This record gives sequence, structure tokens and C-alpha cells, in this order.
Amino acid sequence: MIHPYPSASGWVADFIIAVMIGVAIFAVEWRDLLGAVVGMAAVSLFASILFYFLQAPDVAMTEAAIGAALSGAVFIFALKRTVRYETEEEEKPGWWLRW
Amino acid sequence: MISAYYFGSIALIMIGLYTVLVKKNLLKILVGLSIMETGVNLLLISIGYISGRSAPILSEGVGPNQAVDPIPQALVLTAIVIGVATTAMALSVAILLYKKYGTLNIEEIRRLRG
Amino acid sequence: MVSVLKRAIAIAFILIIGYWIASALSHVPFGADKMLVGNYYLQHVENQTGAINAVTAIVVNYRGFDTLGEVTVLFIASTGVAALLWERKRKRTARTEGTIVLTTGTRLLFPFILLFGSYIFIHGHLTPGGGFPGGATIATGFLLMYLAFTTYRIPHRGFEVSEGLAGMGYVIVGLIGLAVGGYFLFDWIWQTWKIGTVGNLVSGGFIPVIYTLIAIKVGTELSGIVDNMLREGSS
Repeated sequence: MIHPYPSASGWVADFIIAVMIGVAIFAVEWRDLLGAVVGMAAVSLFASILFYFLQAPDVAMTEAAIGAALSGAVFIFALKRTVRYETEEEEKPGWWLRW
Repeated sequence: MISAYYFGSIALIMIGLYTVLVKKNLLKILVGLSIMETGVNLLLISIGYISGRSAPILSEGVGPNQAVDPIPQALVLTAIVIGVATTAMALSVAILLYKKYGTLNIEEIRRLRG
Repeated sequence: MVSVLKRAIAIAFILIIGYWIASALSHVPFGADKMLVGNYYLQHVENQTGAINAVTAIVVNYRGFDTLGEVTVLFIASTGVAALLWERKRKRTARTEGTIVLTTGTRLLFPFILLFGSYIFIHGHLTPGGGFPGGATIATGFLLMYLAFTTYRIPHRGFEVSEGLAGMGYVIVGLIGLAVGGYFLFDWIWQTWKIGTVGNLVSGGFIPVIYTLIAIKVGTELSGIVDNMLREGSS
């Protein structure tokens, strides 16, 4: 008998989780903040697929509409009004007091 | 040995926490907070999952004993929408800080205080 | 050197926290039946609320007071964005008009996006969806209009009025429940009149009414956030 629902445990779900973690690491490490925001939206999109696998279609729809579209758009509007690139500066003395 | 979903959500939470602790750019910190929020949502939903059962929408073929736990889903549904609104508010604070100080680096902003 | 040391400390700290969460979760088996109160909701949802989507019934009916608080948080956040970014003279600074593909596609798709959003929130008690995803879909349609046309603006006066009326309508529905049934947000449509049959569009008591109000509120607030983020002062 063919199971009518997507299986929550299988190689597809494991693969999506692995890709999601990889994209999240890239999103955090990219200097270009536009790339970081797009990575964050991709993490939300993969999470939305996982919500569907976990039998939560309501949450999957909300996450796809909010996380992948609106949240990324709001971040990009903020980038437009500030700076796009993250600058790395040298450490000032006394860092261990402030940090 | 924990499930792959638990592993993925814990990894997302750890990545977000690392960003908040180490990075200096305010927008990058907010990206990390968003990733952390996605991880928490995924953790809640995967705790409510019951294997072999379908979504909690009762119809023909899906009785009350064949559905997953609906309460975490109801919780996460509203949390996502509130998350984007509060993120937008934090972003507008970041825009105001950039207008005042000309930088998004939190160390610089702390030094220029007063 | 310093940066490497800082990163090493942070990674060690995070690994400790991750191990702590994982060891706590190792006592929570994945995929096992852990329902306590969820089981009660699933057994009684059709009889008590008239809806077949248990998630919707919990959000609007069983825990409607929480949802009222969450809508209030949403309202405060959107008002906060408007207050923080307020300036005397603001206008959009986009210069490049959208390409012909984007503008034509937007003109074609915009009514259908609104229609799909309305479908999602009207059928919230029958199919996956409801007011929160429906309102977000409608806001996505207005976001598409903003991206395609440089001079477009939402009719913000009408949006503010409808947002306030939707919030007021939620409280009024709850107060009618207080007058009829004795407690706030009592489901007076289903519990006293039993309108409709379970599984049809006309059913579910006050769930479609309140979810329509929530969708209007969420859609207008998220569109207002987009509008406020896009208009800059002259300086």
C-alpha cells in the first residue's frame, strides 16, 4: 500500500536538513549582507518543506509566505537604507573588558 | 541518538547564538536571531509530530485518533507572524542608529555613546 | 589572534549549550504519542466548535484570548515601526521602473493573489490556512505592487481605518459572547444557534468571522510595515 502522506523520516528529509544547516552557516559567514539575507530566506523555505513533512500544513503555508517573502523583503529595505557590506576592523586594545 | 529533526533545530539555534555572540554588524545579528527563531519553531513542531499520523484536519479517513498534536502548530502559527513584525521593529531601530552614528558596528556605536 | 580566541570561546560555550539541549531532548522520543490536552481537543473539536481543522479551532476558539493578545502585540509592533521611522516629509526614492515583464505580470497576478488570500482565510476552518497566512498572502500582493511600480502607495488612510475597525470587531464579537454565554469570546454562533453543518463552508461558529477580521488586520499591518520601511525622508 502506498502511504498517502509524505514520510517524515527518510533520506529526503535528512538531505533537506543537511542543506538547510549548510545554507545557515553560509548566511552567517557571508560578508555581503544581501547574500546573508537571501540565505536566511532559503533557510526559512527549507524549514517550510520540513513543516510539511511533519504534517503541519498550516505552519508550512505561513512560513513560506512570511519567512521567504516578507521577512527577506523587510531586511532588504533596511539594507537599502544602511550599508550593504559588513566591514571587518582590527581589534582595539581592551577588547577583553568590553566583550 | 537523537532524531535528525532535533539535530537540525539544535544546529540552527547554535548557529544563531554564535552569530549573536561573535558578529559585530547589527544587521548580521538580526539575521542570526531570525535563524534562531526558525530553529525554535522547527523544534516545537517536531516535538508535536507522531509518526504514521496525518495533519490535524479531521475528514474522511482521518479520525481523532489519527492526527498529530495540534497545539504546537497553533502556537507556532502565531509566533511566525509576530516574529516578522518584531524583526521589522528591530530593523527600524537599526536604521535610526545608522542615521545617528553612520555605522552599524556595535563596538563603534558603544564607543560613540553620549 | 584575538578574534580566533574569541571565536574559540564562543564555540566552546555554544557546544556546551547544544549538548545540554540535546541531552534534555534525548528523553523526548521523536514520533511518540505525547498528547495530553491535545487529545481532548481532537476528540471534541467537531462537536464543540463545528470546525474540522483542529489548529484553527485551537487558535480562534479554545485559545481565542491568547490570539487577541498576539494581535495586540502585532499592532504595537507595526505602530512602533511607524513611530520610529516617522518624518515630516517622506517619499519613495526608487528610481528604476520595473521591467515590462514585472509590471505586466504584476497587473495580471495582483487580483489573483488577493483572491487566493481571501480563499485561504475564508476556508480557514476547513482547509489548512486561516487568517494569519491569508493576511500574509495579501500583504505579499501589495509588496509585489510596491516592487513593480515606483510611485505606487497603498491607500493608507483606508488601511488604518479598516485595521482599527477589524481590531474593534474582534473585541465586539467577544463582548457579545460575554453577554450571551457568560464569558469573554464565548462561541455564540455555534453554541447557541448551531448554524450550518460540520464540513460545509457555513459552519464553524464565529471562526470564519474572527479569522476574516484577523486577516484584514494582519494584511493591513504587514502592508503598512512595508510602506513605512520604503518611504525615506529627504535628508
